[in-house]
Amino acid sequence: MSPDRIVQSALLLSLALFVVGVVGVFLRRNVITVFMCVELMLNAVNLSFVAFSRALGTLDAQVLVFFVLTVAAAEAAVGLAIIIAIHRHRDTLDLDAFNLMKW
Amino acid sequence: MSGLSDHWAGLSPVAQQFWIAVLKVAVIFNVLLGLFSFMTYAERRLLAFMQFRLGPNRTGPFGVLQPIADGIKLFFKEEVIPEGANRWVFVAAPAVAVVAAFLSIAVVPYGGPGLFQIADLEVGILYLFAISSLGVYAIVMAGWAANNKFTMLGGLRSAAQMFSYELALGLSWVGLIMLAGSFRIQDIVTAQKGGLGLLNWFCVVQFPAFIVYLIAATAEVNRTPFDLPEAETELVAGFHTEYSSMRFALLQMAEYVNMITVAAVGTSLFLGGWLSPLPLLPDSPLWFFVKFGLLLFFFIWLRGTLPRFRYDQLMHFGWKVLVPVATLWILVTAGLVTAGVPGFRR
Amino acid sequence: MELFEAILFYVFAGLSLLSAVVMVAQRNPLYSAFALLVTICSLSAIFGLLGSPFIAALQIVVYAGAIMVLFLFVLMLLRVGREEPEPGRQRVLKTVAIGLGALLLAQLGAVIAGIRPQVARGFDASTRSMARVLFSPQYVYVFEATSILIVGALVGAVVLARKEP
Repeated sequence: MSPDRIVQSALLLSLALFVVGVVGVFLRRNVITVFMCVELMLNAVNLSFVAFSRALGTLDAQVLVFFVLTVAAAEAAVGLAIIIAIHRHRDTLDLDAFNLMKW
Repeated sequence: MSGLSDHWAGLSPVAQQFWIAVLKVAVIFNVLLGLFSFMTYAERRLLAFMQFRLGPNRTGPFGVLQPIADGIKLFFKEEVIPEGANRWVFVAAPAVAVVAAFLSIAVVPYGGPGLFQIADLEVGILYLFAISSLGVYAIVMAGWAANNKFTMLGGLRSAAQMFSYELALGLSWVGLIMLAGSFRIQDIVTAQKGGLGLLNWFCVVQFPAFIVYLIAATAEVNRTPFDLPEAETELVAGFHTEYSSMRFALLQMAEYVNMITVAAVGTSLFLGGWLSPLPLLPDSPLWFFVKFGLLLFFFIWLRGTLPRFRYDQLMHFGWKVLVPVATLWILVTAGLVTAGVPGFRR
Repeated sequence: MELFEAILFYVFAGLSLLSAVVMVAQRNPLYSAFALLVTICSLSAIFGLLGSPFIAALQIVVYAGAIMVLFLFVLMLLRVGREEPEPGRQRVLKTVAIGLGALLLAQLGAVIAGIRPQVARGFDASTRSMARVLFSPQYVYVFEATSILIVGALVGAVVLARKEP
């Protein structure tokens, strides 16, 4: 099994994970699960970055992964804070219930 | 025997590497198990002496068979899973705790490069940091799954505490990384080698970081004076209130193995690992175990000496004292390294 | 050694995909969170196998150690229950979602299956060389900017989640 094949398999895996994440965003109605699906998509993108970095032999893609991780952390903190704030007002986490621009 | 060695020579280098690794893991795993049961005995005995009691002294000579008796007792106890508990999470939590506890010992070197370490990772310190952050899951899972107010409170407290002190723990390592110029634990140990023996160790050169490490590590493994997660007087027994029989034993094992790990890591990073304290004596794995034993004793000693913190004191201390001190010390170290002060060379 | 690594790679790839599917198919958000945790840890192993130990360690530290704990905290604090199925509408949506997903998979899969990556020799992703790139003039300002982002997020999260006085 050559490294070339492994890199290609990693790219296919990244694609599969991304699609699973996309389907999850459509399927699930719990806002936290949807949020986790977004995290899954970010992870899939990170995997493709690392695979490309391995293929090209440069580290710029890995630096991008670093930034994606940082942004993901910030996004999770703010996103979950928003979810808590909404839950306090609406007492539900169902995405379909959040259909007003103000409360 | 000769058949075995012939067979060994016939194996491919990869297979040989594999079997050596398996053997190392097996040996260290069993040593840890033995050390864990001995620590339960040693802790009870030492605490008893500090409190003018005798401690367990009935089972075998001086009571050394007490851990075996305890093990047999726990093994035959009834297994209770509370009504309304989340079965899967409840069962998984002790396993997660034990796995997370055992994983981090893999990168600690007991001696020079080669045989005395399971894995000499290039990102050793980051690995330690990663694994220590996984320990939180076990406690949150255990606390939540039992469907009990006290376990829930204990679990949340514990998670918050481990979060806060993990930060200080990580910050206390930064200075060492700057001085050693590497994340590899073996490099950090050898960076403490010098003509002055124990004066070259990072517990002297990086004294404030060492103190921060000791405090944060004690909090990280939930030991007195930071054992709020299981504060008996207010929370029954914290996150493991509802556990019984072998699962309880597993959670206890995780706690002790965590303490052992923290002591081993502290020995490697701050006390020069396997280096000898005096310039004339040879370096040997023996030194590692001497220092390691002293650190373990120190943790027991702390438990016998200090009263428990209050929860708000704990949080204030973590965020308003420990983290600023650690950060400040990183700045100072960075300045000294840049200025090229002797002792802070790269 | 190559065979050994390939076996490990496919084991972790299968594990990550399986747990990702479990995460999406699961109605209980708490189990979803645990499944995502498994995905994240297997991805970290895959990063290691692709020769990037630094990213592998960061993946665990940031995702497993910080982000997922936050999710679990919120799930447990808000006492989130199972998602109840909603018959008619849900079935239509499910078909549409899986159809669109399959379409995306087919399109991009065809592209990726068509390329033949030639892996560069002498790949060095040690922490030292990572630092060289990260702190090079090209990225160092972006790196500094992320610290502002994090402080902003921190303040934002505190303000948002605070109870109204």
